[in-house]
Amino acid sequence: MAGERNRNKGMRLSKLYSFKCLKPFSKEDHHSQIGSRGYSRVVFCNDPDNPEALNLNYRGNYVSTTKYTAANFVPKSLFEQFRRVANIYFLVVAFVSFSPLAPYTAPSVLAPLLFVIGATMVKEGVEDLRRRRQDVEANNRRVLVFGKNEGTFGETKWKNLRVGDVVKVHKDEYFPADLLLLSSSYEDGVCYVETMNLDGETNLKLKHALEITSESDYDQEEFRGGVIKCEDPNEHLYSFVGTLHYKGQQYPLSPQQILLRDSKLRNTDYIYGVVVFTGHDTKVMQNATDPPSKRSKIERKMDKIVYVLFSILIVIAFTGSVFFGIITRRDVTDDGKKLRRWYVRPDVTSVFYDPHRAVLASFFHFLTALMLYGYLIPISLYVSIEVVKVLQSVFINQDQEMYHEETDRPARARTSNLNEELGQVDTILSDKTGTLTCNSMEFVKCSIGGTAYGRGMTEVEVALRKQKGVMTPQEEIKESSTKSVKGFNFWDERIVNGRWIDQPNAELIQKFFRVLAICHTAIPDVDGETGEISYEAESPDEAAFVIASRELGFEFFARSQSNISLHEIDHVTGEKVDRVYELLHVLEFSSSRKRMSVIVRNPENRLLLLSKGADSVMFERLAKHGRQFERETKEHIKRYAEAGLRTLVITYREVDEEEYRIWEEEFLNAKTLVTEDRDALIDAAADKIEKDLILLGSTAVEDKLQKGVPDCIEKLSQAGVKIWVLTGDKTETAINIGYACSLLREGMKKILITLDSPDIETLEKQGDKDAVAKASFQSIKKQLREGMSQTAAAAATNDPANENVQMFGLVIDGKSLTFALDKKLEKEFLELTSRCSSVICCRSSPKQKALVTRLVKSGTGRTTLAIGDGANDVGMLQEADIGVGISGAEGMQAVMASDFAIAQFRFLERLLLVHGHWCYRRIAMMICYFFYKNLAFGFTLFWYEAYASFSGKPAYNDWYMSCYNVFFTSLPVIALGVFDQDVSARLCLKYPLLYQEGVQNILFSWERILGWMSNGIISSMIVFFLTIHTLDSQAFRKDGQVADYSVLGVTMYSSVVWTVNCQMAISINYFTWIQHCFIWGSIGFWYLFLVVYGSLPPTFSTTAFQVFVETSAPSPICWLTLVLVTFSALLPYFTYRAFQIKFRPMYHDIIVEQRRTERPESGTRTTSIVSGELPVQVEFTLHHLKANLSRRDSWN
Amino acid sequence: MSSNTASSSAGSGDSSAARKNSKRPKYSKFTQQELPACKPILTPGWVISTFLIVSVIFIPLGVISLFASQDVVEIVDRYDNDCIPAPARTNKVAFIQGDSPKACNRTLTVTKRMKQPIYVYYQLDNFYQNHRRYVKSRSDSQLRSPKFENQISACKPEDDVGGQPIVPCGLIAWSLFNDTYTLSRNNTPLAVNKKGIAWKSDKEHKFGNKVFPKNFQKGNLTGGATLNPDIPLSEQEDLIVWMRTAALPTFRKLYGKIETDLENGDTIQVTLQNNYNTYSFSGKKKLVLSTTSWLGGKNDFLGIAYLTVGGICFFLALAFTIMYLVKPRRLGDPSYLSWNRNPGGGR
Repeated sequence: MAGERNRNKGMRLSKLYSFKCLKPFSKEDHHSQIGSRGYSRVVFCNDPDNPEALNLNYRGNYVSTTKYTAANFVPKSLFEQFRRVANIYFLVVAFVSFSPLAPYTAPSVLAPLLFVIGATMVKEGVEDLRRRRQDVEANNRRVLVFGKNEGTFGETKWKNLRVGDVVKVHKDEYFPADLLLLSSSYEDGVCYVETMNLDGETNLKLKHALEITSESDYDQEEFRGGVIKCEDPNEHLYSFVGTLHYKGQQYPLSPQQILLRDSKLRNTDYIYGVVVFTGHDTKVMQNATDPPSKRSKIERKMDKIVYVLFSILIVIAFTGSVFFGIITRRDVTDDGKKLRRWYVRPDVTSVFYDPHRAVLASFFHFLTALMLYGYLIPISLYVSIEVVKVLQSVFINQDQEMYHEETDRPARARTSNLNEELGQVDTILSDKTGTLTCNSMEFVKCSIGGTAYGRGMTEVEVALRKQKGVMTPQEEIKESSTKSVKGFNFWDERIVNGRWIDQPNAELIQKFFRVLAICHTAIPDVDGETGEISYEAESPDEAAFVIASRELGFEFFARSQSNISLHEIDHVTGEKVDRVYELLHVLEFSSSRKRMSVIVRNPENRLLLLSKGADSVMFERLAKHGRQFERETKEHIKRYAEAGLRTLVITYREVDEEEYRIWEEEFLNAKTLVTEDRDALIDAAADKIEKDLILLGSTAVEDKLQKGVPDCIEKLSQAGVKIWVLTGDKTETAINIGYACSLLREGMKKILITLDSPDIETLEKQGDKDAVAKASFQSIKKQLREGMSQTAAAAATNDPANENVQMFGLVIDGKSLTFALDKKLEKEFLELTSRCSSVICCRSSPKQKALVTRLVKSGTGRTTLAIGDGANDVGMLQEADIGVGISGAEGMQAVMASDFAIAQFRFLERLLLVHGHWCYRRIAMMICYFFYKNLAFGFTLFWYEAYASFSGKPAYNDWYMSCYNVFFTSLPVIALGVFDQDVSARLCLKYPLLYQEGVQNILFSWERILGWMSNGIISSMIVFFLTIHTLDSQAFRKDGQVADYSVLGVTMYSSVVWTVNCQMAISINYFTWIQHCFIWGSIGFWYLFLVVYGSLPPTFSTTAFQVFVETSAPSPICWLTLVLVTFSALLPYFTYRAFQIKFRPMYHDIIVEQRRTERPESGTRTTSIVSGELPVQVEFTLHHLKANLSRRDSWN
Repeated sequence: MSSNTASSSAGSGDSSAARKNSKRPKYSKFTQQELPACKPILTPGWVISTFLIVSVIFIPLGVISLFASQDVVEIVDRYDNDCIPAPARTNKVAFIQGDSPKACNRTLTVTKRMKQPIYVYYQLDNFYQNHRRYVKSRSDSQLRSPKFENQISACKPEDDVGGQPIVPCGLIAWSLFNDTYTLSRNNTPLAVNKKGIAWKSDKEHKFGNKVFPKNFQKGNLTGGATLNPDIPLSEQEDLIVWMRTAALPTFRKLYGKIETDLENGDTIQVTLQNNYNTYSFSGKKKLVLSTTSWLGGKNDFLGIAYLTVGGICFFLALAFTIMYLVKPRRLGDPSYLSWNRNPGGGR
């Protein structure tokens, strides 16, 4: 007991360490044992009230995923808001507005700020409330817990669970916490679990209880005295290190015994489990981290523009202050004896106007001016952009063209702040499996005992043949599709329908399919009514194998923890028999092992090791006598790989009892270890028995190309987007897929960079790692140089006018990539890739994918988009500017890490060319327009200032001004940002070149931004000077009244409202009733406001009192001024556009024109002629563009 | 969290359930962004006709405005300099602040028949009624009702005299214009109606009829005119006009109306009291007699501006027509694409 206590003390201390300063070290410490740092958790099973357990004070099962609590919502969300520079500025302004410095009243400043902040806070609040509701629901779910006092299971809420509780979970219920599986309704203590919420995989996973615990029924008998010592909470879903101390023994625990929170019990009536991790300690909660936040390039540029505006603001405020200072100083002359502008009483004044302290006064004026010209900084810009982006995402989500019928999945914009970035993608980095291909594997061919079977044609083969000009005989394909079974596309009259027993090598065939039927981790699911068997497998490859063996007569129909049962056709008698194999061990697949094996005892009581794996690891493990068909098999594998098929080598061996006994001991030892390097030791142990194998043959599984992939890639490359494929496949497979999806084309020069050269291989055999690395480095360097000179030579000989530009495709393998990504070579590598139109990286690891992505992103400074579907793409997706996840079959990790999720690769075309283009355009135009309208408004204030001796008097009533951004101009901008489109979706797709507008950032270049800004300033000048001169000092109405401050303000302000709204009307391209509504509605609303506000008592409305109804409206000159000013202010932009369309038309201008000129003719001419004519022009353009692009890239 | 993901994934997992409530986006022209729309594009025809239409509308408008302005007869007499006796002109400020008599006689000649009503204005120049300190220095509530007599916080330094509030307080009222004009035609007095020169809303709602001037101009420094403490503010139209502040440093304000026609050749004698100090800030003072047209007073600017803009548009229409004729560009011609301009020429 004393020892126990001491250990506890130590543990507590180490826990502190591990949470504080020493945390980084604990990761590296692979050899730490249970009880030491990082592995200090102790669970007293079924004894949560144990004083020691209470002492540990583990967190409860209450879960909160909300960002805020009721108490901290206000301060925290305010803090979030004011992290934006612009908002801080407005906050400061709001505070200062209570001082006499303010040029306008405090409420008129506060109101828009509160509105903007309030709107954002409400949005945050609603989102958080939704999260909270989900939390409450989860926390209040019921679960059966063993009550020590009652001695039975009783219901309780999830949130009341404590570490150590024993719970009972029924079928189709979620696990309330991370549990240790004690036993299940099955006798052998297995259960099936669906982990969709964790990793999105829909297949069932098998979990085993420890034998020692699985035998009891805990309804009858209390689980007593168990103590679990295990790792501390961490985020690794697939690892668990711990031991169970029970009945005086230690039992190692593995992930096999752990049931994770938020996964679901399936196909099992009930289980018993002990709560190990609760609440936020559970693996799923530990995993819940926020993805890296990404900001679009446009938004980053926008920040810069805001800084530019700030500097304009400071400059004009400063100018005003200098003049104000000079004028104010002159108000008193002759040492206070003479007052110049006596009517402002410069002799009795506050510091703000004191001529004796003119410098100080002008400093205060500077502050006033900063507030007054605050309209240059669009307060509502951020809010408007957020609103617009959310609505844009809704459109993306709602697009029917991006809905996939079969999987019932629409496209999903998971983050809305990258919409416009979609329109600027320069390079796409794509995964292959599951992204370009379906990841539904079909068993198409196999090679058994040196004979190749399977007559089907793969799509790649078809594509290759097409390229060579050989037409495929139709019937050959037809024949293969006589029987349609998902995952099985195999036809060979020699072996189907049980005919294989007549083959000379029937015994080999039998062994071959037995391996396929036994060596896997799939679970059969027998349909109760039809008796049909379907399989839940971890990978589609495996499912394809089990299905293939079923179709060929080796039907796997039942699995228990220790047995696998097959219906088999006996090759001698030809009769169906049931055979049961005792499953001894499963040596699981891992990406480092690249193989899996099972050890079984067959009904004849012989021990067999059945193994399948990648050719690279299997051939070296063959026994001397097992290489009989090696040459033929290798030949077949090569051919299969060329046809784009995935191959696995199938082997077996008999193991004698003695060898097995010795090995098993070692293996079990490794398994019971509880250190972090246990996996490595298990691998090493497995390695020892997986040797001296006998080759049976190989399988070839087709990974089908997704629908429309070649077309999509073609379109994207027409749009000038570069596509890289990063795949783990073999070089040959990758190249073939490249051809199949038209990434590589006939006539393209291939540059292959590889390390598979004889001298390096010999070096490798010698085992000198340094020498290998050095030689490899040199080799890659040389190959890169060669590639460079090739492309350079081609660029030199290519006459720019010549249309047949030599195109290059680069293929590089993973090993070479390691060196190419080296700091010293990455520049050259990048340069070379930029000269190639497509790049394929094969045999690359997930980490390399992410590294390549980072290199491209930072090296070129251009926008990258990564697309992938699997967990191995997560790094890449997070690294790229935009991550697109394919919500396909391979789980949800990629989707969870992505910014956009689509169901099929081909939707990328629409996502980029249509939505990306539109969103880019909309946001770019919207921001430009925002700056325009605020400058147009803000500068009228400045000009007026100059006519008011820079004293800081705004030209307008306070409330006009504060409503400007929020009410009179905001809706049309939002409509622009949400709805505008230059050309229709169909045309976007038809002329992919249009996409270059975004890639080259034409619509958001500094020229354009500054152009819009100067347009704003010019407009303000036109508005101001025309207005003050028409409403000069003379009478402005028939009744002899002269225009005063309020009339001038209203007239000028109306002119501004009209001008900016009409400017919007002439600069947008898409006019629906919505736009009409918003634009004319905004103007109408201004007049409505004027009438309503003007009818309030004069103490509220001050200068606006009755001004419209009584004074301005009956005056014709006000209306004439309005017309004059509005037209004049629009004239510069209109003229500019007319000239631009004449001399420098933009793409969309031309395309719109083309459609226009076409339309009247389409009635008379047949459409085929029209559509046949256009592509010729476009193709011509394309050639030029491509040439220019490649030249630009190579010279940059 | 778990419940949400569970329910969303259940749909896709179970195909039969999916059939029933498919996630297929509903079709509508709105969600598919296919709303019928007109897309204005600037074809040569559109460009030219827009310019033409604008010029066709603007030029006549300009002509009409000019005519209206020409119809107005306006007599402007600057007197600030001339009404200072020659010896005092070296120090005008001293003169205007001194006690010497300020009366001054001016003679105006009517050069064109002026139909009644003829409006009499005074025009000040370089007077910043829009100075922030000046504009704020008033109390609207005090003007409206005697109840709020003490709301004078905005009026500093003309807020009170010895603790007693000034009504009307503030710099604006304090600096009330105090030159007076007496007009006579051919030696017969010419009546100047000083009623009805203020805005109706001001009289009725902004200036109370129960508010009487108090302590006005009793401070240590006298600004401008004094007010009769027996007349309520709503009847003090000069004050009301003055307190409707001007937007720009040069402004006219209504002084009164002459309700008889003036014939060509009439001479008008003006006896004015030159009291108001514009000399310290070198502001001009002018007396203006003007008729009005439907467009108001005399100002050619609007007409000229209309004519100019119309002219520019006409010129642009012409220029574009010539350009399209001389160097036509086929519509939708791809060879004009912007990054394709110079074939062969690098960048």
